[in-house]
Amino acid sequence: MELGKSTFWGYKRENGRIGVRNHVIILPVDDLSNAACEAVANNIKGTLAIPHPYGRLQFGADLELHFRTLIGTGSNPNVAAVVVIGIEDQWSKKVADAIAATGKPVSFFGIEQHGDHDTIMRASKVAKEYVQWASELRREERPLKDLWVSTKCGESDTTSGCGANPTVGNAFDKLYPHGVTLVFGETTELTGGEHLVAARCRDDAVRTKFQKVFDQYQEIINRHKTSDLSDSQPTKGNIAGGLTTIEEKALGNIQKIGRKCVVDGVLDKAEAPTYPGLWFMDSSSAAAEMVTLCAAAGYVVHFFPTGQGNVIGNPILPVIKLCANPRTVRTMSEHIDVDVSGLLRKEMSPDQAGDALLECMFRTANGRLTAAEALGHREFVLTRLYESA
Amino acid sequence: MIHFVVHDENDSVGVVVVEGVKSGQRLTGWIMDQDKDIHVDARSDIPIGHKLAIRALPKDATVVKYGVDIGRVVAPIQVGEHAHVHNIKTKRW
Repeated sequence: MELGKSTFWGYKRENGRIGVRNHVIILPVDDLSNAACEAVANNIKGTLAIPHPYGRLQFGADLELHFRTLIGTGSNPNVAAVVVIGIEDQWSKKVADAIAATGKPVSFFGIEQHGDHDTIMRASKVAKEYVQWASELRREERPLKDLWVSTKCGESDTTSGCGANPTVGNAFDKLYPHGVTLVFGETTELTGGEHLVAARCRDDAVRTKFQKVFDQYQEIINRHKTSDLSDSQPTKGNIAGGLTTIEEKALGNIQKIGRKCVVDGVLDKAEAPTYPGLWFMDSSSAAAEMVTLCAAAGYVVHFFPTGQGNVIGNPILPVIKLCANPRTVRTMSEHIDVDVSGLLRKEMSPDQAGDALLECMFRTANGRLTAAEALGHREFVLTRLYESA
Repeated sequence: MIHFVVHDENDSVGVVVVEGVKSGQRLTGWIMDQDKDIHVDARSDIPIGHKLAIRALPKDATVVKYGVDIGRVVAPIQVGEHAHVHNIKTKRW
């Protein structure tokens, strides 16, 4: 596929970033505010509440990550406007003020001293204004470089390493030269292939940062492990599926970054990149956590290769699923956006598979709903670093 | 018909992509990177998704997949034989 002059149709936000969805979200700061947020979203059609279980008595780096994830979610260009509701004013204002730095409409409400009824009424009035305003925004034609694309795989098997993951790699290799902003992560699942990622880093500064992040993870494993991990990596399911060693598993995973892309930088969890290129984000390998972090970092389209059939979605980030396992494609067809099982029958070349994924990416960016969106998958899972106070 | 795929021609193993491979069966493999076909006679029954050796691997040899070291041989593996946790181990632990 010749991508030189390729364009997509997106929503230009106040800060210049381009979104491919136009959500008005009702964002709780904490678990206590979920009910009010869901009531507002029920009152005002076309808005979306994003409930979650955290936000009380967190502290230090864990609290910072909580705020960064919420603020990043509200700031994502797939979001047109935000209503923030928290139990108290102060943290609600903190989240709203940071989102307001993007220039998009945002309001906040604290429930204390008002109760749910009054808060829901006032927030609903604002949400109605926002959703009617957002409904008149129009897409405009934008160059490919304005697209930010993330990837993370799940429920992997050997077909992931042969088919779906190299397809993402082929697409990344094609997107990279056009100045697209890309990201991969899954620190834990690089184990055994970390030297290959290190070798792909742009320079020693990036390599040192990557190695530091990876070593920190190894320390956590060493602190908590009860055995040498042979029993858990690869998992029993991986072994039953044919994966033999942790190196083999990691190499299958790393196929997602292709052959040519260079790792240009390292991000903390939910941290926004500052220039185009391929970024590595320190992140969990749990699907919903990683995809939530990608959305919070500002990515607008996600590639999700699966083998056995992970069904994940995200409230604001369209998740495109691709699969090379013919049985999964047959038994779980409603979840699969791009069928690349032809690769394993030699009916499709890796290049054709990459193009099929890119074609789906453009259609998704232009507004076509992904399988996960149509099925209502809105998994929003905040990463916790340690226990609450 | 393709029975197994190999990532790179320098790899020691391929991945079976069809169900029901039986010992003695003549198998056709596709080397994806170089777009070549190879033929191997299966020496074991091999489940879908599992690997077979496409070259003879003596004890302590390095197993290569994706052109990269994925572990060491702990029991000799003949061409066409099932290659998995019973004859390959990580070098990491």
